Amino acid sequence: MKQRRTFVMTAVAAGLAASMAMPTAFAQAKKIKVGLMIPATGTFAALGTAIENGFRLHVAEQGGRLGGLEVEFVKVDDESDPSKATDNVNRLVKRDNVDVIVGTVHSGVAMAMAKVAKDSGTMLIIPNAGADAITGPMCAPNIFRTSFSNWQSSYAMGDVVAKQGKKTAVTISWKYAAGDEMMNAFKEGFEKAGGKVVKSLSLPFPNVEFQALLTEIAATRPDAVFSFFAGAGAVKFVNDYAAAGLKQNIPLYGPGFITDGTLEAQGASAQGLYTTLHYADGLNTPRDNAFRAAYSKAYKIQPDVYAVQGYDAAQLLRIGLASVGGDLSKKEALYKAMREAKIDSPRGPFTLSAANNPVQDIYLRQVQGKENKVVGIAAKSLADPARGCRM
Amino acid sequence: MDFNIFLIQSLNALQYGLLLFLIASGLTLIFGIMNVINLAHGSFYMIGAYMAFGLAPLIESTFGGGFFMTMLAGIALAVVLGYLLEWAFFSYLYDRDHLQQVLMTYGLILIFEEIRSLLIGDDVHGVQIPAFLSGAIPLGDLMTYPIYRLFISAVCIALAIAMYVVLNRTRLGMMIRAGSTNREMVQSLGINITMLYRVVFAAGVAIAAFAGMVAAPVSSVYPGMGNSVLIICFVVVVIGGIGSIKGALVAALLIGIVDTFGKVVFPQAAGVLVYLLMAIILLWKPNGLFKAG
Repeated sequence: MKQRRTFVMTAVAAGLAASMAMPTAFAQAKKIKVGLMIPATGTFAALGTAIENGFRLHVAEQGGRLGGLEVEFVKVDDESDPSKATDNVNRLVKRDNVDVIVGTVHSGVAMAMAKVAKDSGTMLIIPNAGADAITGPMCAPNIFRTSFSNWQSSYAMGDVVAKQGKKTAVTISWKYAAGDEMMNAFKEGFEKAGGKVVKSLSLPFPNVEFQALLTEIAATRPDAVFSFFAGAGAVKFVNDYAAAGLKQNIPLYGPGFITDGTLEAQGASAQGLYTTLHYADGLNTPRDNAFRAAYSKAYKIQPDVYAVQGYDAAQLLRIGLASVGGDLSKKEALYKAMREAKIDSPRGPFTLSAANNPVQDIYLRQVQGKENKVVGIAAKSLADPARGCRM
Repeated sequence: MDFNIFLIQSLNALQYGLLLFLIASGLTLIFGIMNVINLAHGSFYMIGAYMAFGLAPLIESTFGGGFFMTMLAGIALAVVLGYLLEWAFFSYLYDRDHLQQVLMTYGLILIFEEIRSLLIGDDVHGVQIPAFLSGAIPLGDLMTYPIYRLFISAVCIALAIAMYVVLNRTRLGMMIRAGSTNREMVQSLGINITMLYRVVFAAGVAIAAFAGMVAAPVSSVYPGMGNSVLIICFVVVVIGGIGSIKGALVAALLIGIVDTFGKVVFPQAAGVLVYLLMAIILLWKPNGLFKAG
């Protein structure tokens, strides 16, 4: 529906432009066309909304402009469907002629977007998708990420678990790219700190029948379990883990996604779990408090990590545009300014690595009531190793 | 694998198999016996689960709560829904070819998902396990087994027996089976086949919704949950043989065993083992294990 509407509107606009005298086009205020390619329907719809809200909040704070340019949005619902991704992103680049693409949540879709961005040279800012490859082998000067890499979300936990005196661990996740990347990153961190991953369990995505593997964990008797699941899978895994009686005997750890936005459904099962992520509840910094107040005032709900990532995507773009005075033709200077930007994020200030991925603090959080409360910093200024990135 | 663990895994397999039967049993009735390809079966399951989530507080405030009260209310609503759907849509499909049935029931999936999104939203929600079923039985020194899972198994067995008895041992069952073989003949014997099918369809929807309600505390409720069970339900019915309750039960248990032990013994192939099982069984018996008639 939305796509059709944008199409009709673009068609009408094109018709109008053609029928009018050319000079009017030049008389307009300088604009930047932002292509928002995020999920508006499907499982990740809520995440897409949070990202868009965050992005628009910063634009609104800047009076509807970023770096002096008026912001015009073109929206595409990517439906979190990798098979439609290339067509969708090509539509933004070729038909709508956007200056920058912002998106998306799903890593598979983001990989297709990165490929098109790399080929066409259009600027891409990724406000969520964590696939390591995007700022690894796929890296490019015009591809930026304001969220995290899967490696970052899990590597730091290895150290934390080892320091808590755990010698052995079992990892469990869905058998797909994100799961593998996080499990490997945890293993790397844990074994570097002296621990040993004794077994890596997996089940096909999106299977949620965990009982057999929980029994396997009980039979293996590790000191700790590290897991990644998302959404409904995370809810069910954490609940089943507690129901199987394992929680009090073998502590469960994971990247923040296993308890983010799911605490209401997990209830008592999640209480006390330690997770690592680049954002947390209860940071209580003036920057975060101001952001949370502004966001909840504008949208009547509390922001989450996705909103922060969307907000920072707009900040990064604003810094770049401001440094070139809104001149989009100075691409090299623009990318350089963005690469070297220091972003005053609600999560805490961060910079970008040589591969354009955030160099950021990873918080250690513990579930307390309905919040993922920060209890410490698992890794200070952690940079993704950007394996395979040549640029 | 030591013997204790093997026993626990066997229990897991049995329990998962029974849960699968519970979810697929509504489909056995509608697809297996009425021979309507019903892709919306998953949606009925989802509707049931969301009723367990949405009705519970409502029942709590009007009738003072109760797990069984919620179930009853949900089943009643599902029967009404099934009755109306049959009257409005499905009754036009019996004489059409399967492709049109697929098209319409797929449309229903989209409609139900959108309604769900509008009414409840896209978040994942948990459903409370009723207090009297919330305990757990210790298994070994490390693990416990939730009583609610055993309760689900008991419900499945009861449902399997009830369905079998009704279909094979009662006059109503005889009429249903006759109708599935030859509609016109049954009609000419003075039986109102239209009404009969409407009732059977309503029962199928109610069973699917009931399965959703029973499974909700374990599975939690989330967008797309119906589609996640749909394919495995068809696998159960196809392996078991279309139209056979006994077949569906045996197939569900087989899948439970293959899936559970497959995950542990061949984790790399866990995703395909169930379908491999289906392929082998269909090569051996192209009509499934217990094709009726």
